[in-house]
Order: sequence, then structure tokens, then C-alpha cells
Amino acid sequence: MTPEDKIPDLRSEIDSLISTGCVDSAALRIDALWRREPGPASAAFIDTRIDQLRGRLNLLPFRVAVLRSFTLEPAIPMLRAAAFCYRVDLRVHVGDYNGYMQEILHKEGSLYRFEPNAVILAVRTADIAPDLWQDYSTLAPASIQDATQRVCRALEQSIKSFRESSHAALIIHTLEQPLRPAFGVLDSQLEISQSDAVQSVNRELCRIARQHRGVYILDYDALVGRHGRLLWQDERKFLSVRLPVVAHGLLHLANEWLRLLIPLSGKTAKALVVDLDNTLWGGVIGEDGMTGIKLGTEYPGAAYQLLQRAMLDLSHKGVLLAICSKNNSDDAMEVFEKHPGMLLRPANFAAVRINWNDKAQGLREIAAELNIGVDGLAFLDDNPFEREQVRSALPEALVIDLPEDPIQYAAIIRDCPAFERLTLSAEDRQRTTLYAEQRERAHAEPNFQSREDFYRFLQQEAEIAPVLPTTLSRISQLTQKTNQFNLTTRRYGEQQVEDMAAKPGCQVLSIRLKDRFGDHGLVGVAITHDEGDLCEIDTFLLSCRVIGRSVETALLSHLAQRAIARGCKRVAGWFLPTKKNAPAGTFYHQHGFECQVQNGDGSLWVLDLQNRQIACPDWIKLNVIKREDS
Amino acid sequence: LTPSILEQVRQLASDIFGVPAERIGADSSPDNIETWDSMQHLNLVLALEERFSIQLSPEEMEQMRSVGLISEMLEAKLHGHLR
Repeated sequence: MTPEDKIPDLRSEIDSLISTGCVDSAALRIDALWRREPGPASAAFIDTRIDQLRGRLNLLPFRVAVLRSFTLEPAIPMLRAAAFCYRVDLRVHVGDYNGYMQEILHKEGSLYRFEPNAVILAVRTADIAPDLWQDYSTLAPASIQDATQRVCRALEQSIKSFRESSHAALIIHTLEQPLRPAFGVLDSQLEISQSDAVQSVNRELCRIARQHRGVYILDYDALVGRHGRLLWQDERKFLSVRLPVVAHGLLHLANEWLRLLIPLSGKTAKALVVDLDNTLWGGVIGEDGMTGIKLGTEYPGAAYQLLQRAMLDLSHKGVLLAICSKNNSDDAMEVFEKHPGMLLRPANFAAVRINWNDKAQGLREIAAELNIGVDGLAFLDDNPFEREQVRSALPEALVIDLPEDPIQYAAIIRDCPAFERLTLSAEDRQRTTLYAEQRERAHAEPNFQSREDFYRFLQQEAEIAPVLPTTLSRISQLTQKTNQFNLTTRRYGEQQVEDMAAKPGCQVLSIRLKDRFGDHGLVGVAITHDEGDLCEIDTFLLSCRVIGRSVETALLSHLAQRAIARGCKRVAGWFLPTKKNAPAGTFYHQHGFECQVQNGDGSLWVLDLQNRQIACPDWIKLNVIKREDS
Repeated sequence: LTPSILEQVRQLASDIFGVPAERIGADSSPDNIETWDSMQHLNLVLALEERFSIQLSPEEMEQMRSVGLISEMLEAKLHGHLR
């Protein structure tokens, strides 16, 4: 594929690939079309092709409802096309024009019947706060405060009503600032300016959102500001068809929605794998040498520092970094160790492949080393040939396109929805360190006579606790992200976890792990429901970082002990196979459970607690935290 | 060689209305294209605005009653820009 490919040719190629059944190639060509010409026309074309590909391609279904006070329908096909490039099949319900409040309040209405995974609330300042908009010049200072309070309470009330009817994530737009304040430059001289008033609503809105589970803010005002307030609006189109935003603004809006919807859908990249020459620095180290490569605080080397800083920011919110480069390892490592312009150091990378093998192979190895799927990798390389090669060999990996101009690299990384996160746990902040410790463990391992010797050497200490306010988000995150050691792969939002924990007969347990190399943080979750004398395991999962060191046995043993203490006679659990959870497939069998049901969904395993106990491995020290009574 | 304005309008209309480009001509209009409703009309307006980097006024949107009329209107508007 060359950049000269004509758009109509790409379209007929897509259609002929679909009609001949080459759906993976068709999907890659659709991605290419969208990258080359994102806009209303391509979106309409792609929209109909998604319908043809549904069921023939591995797409994640996700349902979004958009509640709004203005015309935004033309953004919807663009949102669906952009989401398709992440292999998400978005079904979208658009609420009635300016009917957002009625829809939130109507418990049996179309919004809740749609059963959305996420709901976007997009309301214009002029519609929810007309007095702060066109009537501002008539307001006395005291009335301004009343007006901001009234808007905040209305939004808070709608969040509460929404939560009574839905567990879905709720994304709320901030209010936009007026293009031209009512009082002109005088506005900035006033004690309570119009822009202060709007700003104070937004601040309060963020505060309210933080107090509710699964409620997120989309900073619409900042989005408009980034693209230029004056260039964003189309006053004539608003007055004629109620569409206040220009065509390219709708595209940016769709992309901004996606930056929240992708992390909500779980289709994020867990690791960013980068090339070196002409990606992390300008030039080729093997040819240009240490003094010849472009990297530093001045142009043009500064472009690469901007990218490196963006990567450091990603790593601090839990995205792993890795290197896959065709190079002599010594040449490349010298840059990391000695070049004064480098911001990234070897310690910032969780896995490194510098050799002359093909990159698809390197990526497979990196995924295996990090214990994540290839679909958790994003790949960044300046070379279009390498990108196409990886795309066709590993269609499940996210391959990021880079433009010719390196000054844009950093922005592309910062804007990419796959690296967005909506919560930040202590584990996220230090994930690279956790993996570095893991590498030390892997080195330690081969010297031991037996697995048990090694387990003992590790000095593992586990702590089992009920849900605490501080662990709720991590527990929900683990249910969303864990694919391999996950018996049922049931995904739960924070609100759902909290509700389950509060339900009588329901237990939500988490396990933390420490060993001689460091703290792994919260790595496992078990959720059970009692039905009479049967304790049913709803969820049992373990982070891939700690698979294969018998932590799962410790958690199961504790779970069983608690069940006995509550008077249960049997414990049972489903194994629901997915493409990824084979590592958990023999778990119940290994622990003496008997298979009772086998059907198309999976198998149900039962253990009779009166005949059989599960011992906690003696090499794991177990601490149990009881629920704090309040 | 850049495709003529009529060609580009046909291609955009084909995408927006989900009709093969061969079946779209200068006389195509809401009367003979079933999917050409008011919402798709708006989508076509936005697609034209994106493609030609212009903004269309409500008056111009009213004039857009067929693919031929759209092309003529764009021809005049784009030439106007050049002058």
C-alpha cells in the first residue's frame, strides 16, 4: 500500500475483499481509509460496511447512548467508524432533541431499555444555564451565585437519578465558555465574571463526579479551546438546523468521545512498543553515530524529546514501554546510557528486543515476556514498511501511523485513545518497576532444585481483605482487564462491585502479594454468592503477573474456609472458556473439584467441603484483614 | 489530474446515500434517491464543507436540490473564492 492509493480504489478494494470473505484484510483497508480521509463521507461508507462485517470479524459490542440538547447526529457515523479501528462495534442511541432530563428520569424509558454500557450527556451552556449565557448582563452578583448553584444541583440530581436506574458509565460534558462575554473586556475586571461563573460550575461538576462511581468528565470547553473557539462554531447552521459545531469540529468531538469510550470498553493498549532509529531519535545510530543522531533540547532533536516525554507520562499512568528495533544492541544501548539528550533510560522499559529478526516476531516475544496478549500491544515505528508488515502479521496489535514530520509524534501518542485511562491506581503508577522486579525473579528462578524451593525462596506474603474504599477501583479494574487467569471473565464497574459487596450472602475478596523482590500490589479477586448451603464462585481471577506461584491456591483455600465458617457444605464454580483463559482451565480440576455440568458455555465444577479441604501452601504467609466495623 | 467537481460530488453522494456512484448523475435528487432525507442532506452538506474547506449558508443548503445544482453552486462558490 502506498500513500498514492486513491480513495475510490480503496473503497472498491474493501468491497471486493468483503465479498470474497477476506474480512481481516477488509478491516485493515477500512482502517487505512479512515486514517487517510476521516470525515462524514468515509464515515457513511464505513458505517454500512461494519454492518456487513458484524459476526464475521472479532468485534467487541459496546452500547452508547448520547443525551443532548443540540443536533449532533452527524458525529455518530464518525464515532462508529473511529471505534471500528479499535475493533469495537458501537451501537449508538441518540436521545430526543433537548430531552435529556426527561430521559434520565423516565425509569422505563428508551434510554434504560437500550441497556447502554456508557451514556454521554452533552448539553450546551445556553440550554442548561441560559441566565449565565444570554442574560448575564442583567444578573445581580447574588443571582449569579444562585444560578451556578441551581445548575450544579440540577446536574447532581440527574447523576443520582441516573444511578438509580443504571450501572452504565456516565460521561458529562463540561459547560463551554461564551465566545464573547456579555461585558467584553470588562468581564475580566469584574469580581464575578461570566467566565468565572461558567468555570465555577465546571469545577463543582468535577467535584460531584468524583463523588460518584463511574461518572466521568469530558472537558468540552477545553476541547473547543484546543481547536479554537472561533473556528469551532457555526452560528448560521445552529440558527437554521440547530447544529452549533462545524463539520471538522464534529470529527474532533467523536474522537474525544472515543478517548473515554475506549478505556471504558477495555480495548486499551497495555504496552507501547517503539522502534529506535528515526522514532526515539533522528537518524540511524549505526550510521550517524552518537554525535550524528538528532536528539536534544533544540530543534530538530527536540521533537524526539517531546515524544520521549509523552512516553514517560504514559508510563506513569501504567502503560508499559518496550523496544523492538533492528539494530546492533551495543550501539543502541550506548545511546540509552550515554547520550545527554535521552530522557528515557533502560529502566523505563519492561522488555527489550534489539536484534535483526522481523518485528512481528519481536512483538510476539515481548507480549509473551510481559504476559499480555498481542492485542494489548501498540506499535510505533516511523517506517511504513515495518508498520504494514506488523499489521498483516499481527492484525490484533494496534499499529500507530506516524506522519513525516517528527514534531507531531508526541501529540499523536498523547491523543491516542488506546493509552487513555480513567482511573489511576498505585499499581499503575509503578507498573514498570513491578515488571523490572519480575525480571529479577525470572533470573533467580532456574537455580532452584524444585518449584517449592523457589516458592520458599520468594518469601511470599499475601493479604486477603474485603472491599475497601481504597481498593474498589483496582478490584473493578482487574475484572475489566484480566483475561488469562480468569475463570468466568465477568466485567464489573465500580458501582456493580460496590453493590455486590453490600448484598447479603455475597463476598468480594481481594488478595495482595509481596515477596522478597517487592510489592505486587492487589493482584487477585474472588466474588462468591451463597445459595443455601452452596457457595457459588461468581468470579475468580489473578493478575497475569503472579500466575504460577500458587497464590491462586491460597485464595481458594481461604475462600473455602470462609464458606465452611458460614455453614456452607459445597462450593461450586463455572469455568467459561474464552480465547485467552486457557491458563485457568485446569484450576478446579487440580484442586479436587468434580465436573458436574458441561455445556456450550463451559463447565460447572463442585467441591464437597465436608470431604475435602484445600490447604493453603505453607510457603505463603497469609494475613486476613476483617471488614472494618463503622 | 484532479477529478471534476461533479465527480467529487457524485462520490460523496454515493457514500452518504449508500448508492453506487454509477447510479448517481447530475439529475439525482431527493425525488429519485430514497435515502436522501433531511438528516442525510445535512451529512452531505458537512461532507462537502470538509472536502472543499468551505462553509455553506442556509440559503445555499436550500439551493442544493440535485447533484447537478450542487455542482454548479460549488463551481460558482469556489471560483468566487479564487477571485
